[in-house]
Amino acid sequence: MTLDLFDKFDPILKDYNSLPDGAANPFTVSMEKVLSPTTAIINGRETILAGTNNYMGMTFNAECIAAAQEALSTQGTGTTGSRVLNGTYNSHKQLETTLKEFYGTDHAIVFSTGYQANLGVISTLAGPKDYVVIDADSHASIYDGCAMGNATVVRFKHNNPENLDKRLTRIRRDDPEAGILVVLEGVYSMLGDQAPLKELTRISKDHKAYVLVDEAHSIGVFGETGRGVAQEQGVEDQVDFIIGTFSKSVGTIGGYCVSNHPKFEALRLVCRPYIFTASLPPSVVASATKALELIASTNLRSKLLDNSRKLNKGLKSIGFTMGTTGESPIAAIIVDDQNTAIAFWGEMLKEGVYVNLALPPATPNRLNLMRCSLSAAHTFEQIDFMLEKFELVGKKLGLIQEVSARATA
Amino acid sequence: MTQSVDEIFEQICALIKPFNNKNVPLNKDTVFSVDLELDSLTVMDLLSEIEDEFDITVPLNMLPDLETIGQFTQAVQKLLSE
Repeated sequence: MTLDLFDKFDPILKDYNSLPDGAANPFTVSMEKVLSPTTAIINGRETILAGTNNYMGMTFNAECIAAAQEALSTQGTGTTGSRVLNGTYNSHKQLETTLKEFYGTDHAIVFSTGYQANLGVISTLAGPKDYVVIDADSHASIYDGCAMGNATVVRFKHNNPENLDKRLTRIRRDDPEAGILVVLEGVYSMLGDQAPLKELTRISKDHKAYVLVDEAHSIGVFGETGRGVAQEQGVEDQVDFIIGTFSKSVGTIGGYCVSNHPKFEALRLVCRPYIFTASLPPSVVASATKALELIASTNLRSKLLDNSRKLNKGLKSIGFTMGTTGESPIAAIIVDDQNTAIAFWGEMLKEGVYVNLALPPATPNRLNLMRCSLSAAHTFEQIDFMLEKFELVGKKLGLIQEVSARATA
Repeated sequence: MTQSVDEIFEQICALIKPFNNKNVPLNKDTVFSVDLELDSLTVMDLLSEIEDEFDITVPLNMLPDLETIGQFTQAVQKLLSE
């Protein structure tokens, strides 16, 4: 008798098996046909995609598609090699040059995914004698970067400058010479809240710590030229490393890190998630390069934030408990009971709106969320349709009455 | 000021109180994940409270080895003496 390696997953499987069968099961959805950045055929019906993180609607941009097709037919389907072993084409270097121009930085390194960018940069920069200080609500890729590295990992309360200050003070008291990397996110994806970068970077610099900001959900969305929250809040000169992804506003896949540190290029020699994986396919590189050029000069940012304000405002006035405020392209309502949340999600899909069901532990404060991420490609008519369906399902499941009864009680 | 193991244990138990929804009796063998049914995120929140209470840095790296209140108590005592 051997021990079953899968026995440890029994509690998870028990939860999974209690989910509804068939189309109402969130893990079984697939899209029969993708029609546009905001629509697809799902279970035989045309459905609005309300949670894609496709902020700029870039996935069907004609110029990006043309660039990708050209690269596909002239450079082939893939590089079959690591960036350091026959996987660096001129186009990869060109993409890095485009990133340097986009951010105005001296250096840029492209990774194969955003996840790997965080994994690689965090685990490599902070060594055994160093400290990584992370926000409690950090994305899994940040936690995993910490787990993969050898640094001492310290966590501070989400977006709380005073709590960060306490921790940095203690670290400096015990170890005046330690290298410290503070890891922040521009926008936290579940509730769409921005980091108060002014305060957090000032405190970090007071303690002589380096600052890394993950702009995955803010590149393209914030700042005059779409660089993200650091640009929006005017603190780019206080940020040492910016990490981002091509899988949201840029409309494809891939990750990157930009920096002005004079020795930054050393990462190419030591960063394992950069070295030990194949580089991005030429078609992906070409569409990312084109999209970055478009993003820098687009006026889609104001349309996107208008869309978000409209959905947030609409959901609030229907009477839902909101998790978001509309300050970013995320709109999420809070559903107290997990089974109701799962049912809500299934009803929305039946009605033709595909939202994100976000459950603990992927959410902060153990919230159950119906999460939407807006796209500049959403029309106001589509948002009205979403609101109509949210209200319909909210009433059907007794969520709205419940809320208004609570308000008057 | 040096604190005895028992004092540290009592202080930690006081910090656990808000997390102990089922009023489980606490002793040094109480296991966070099993007896208190705390998930890993909640244990990290508790860790944060302990850091501020004792004014120490408790690295997240130590968490896998801190399953019981007794282990937490020993870790805090060791960090205080360093």
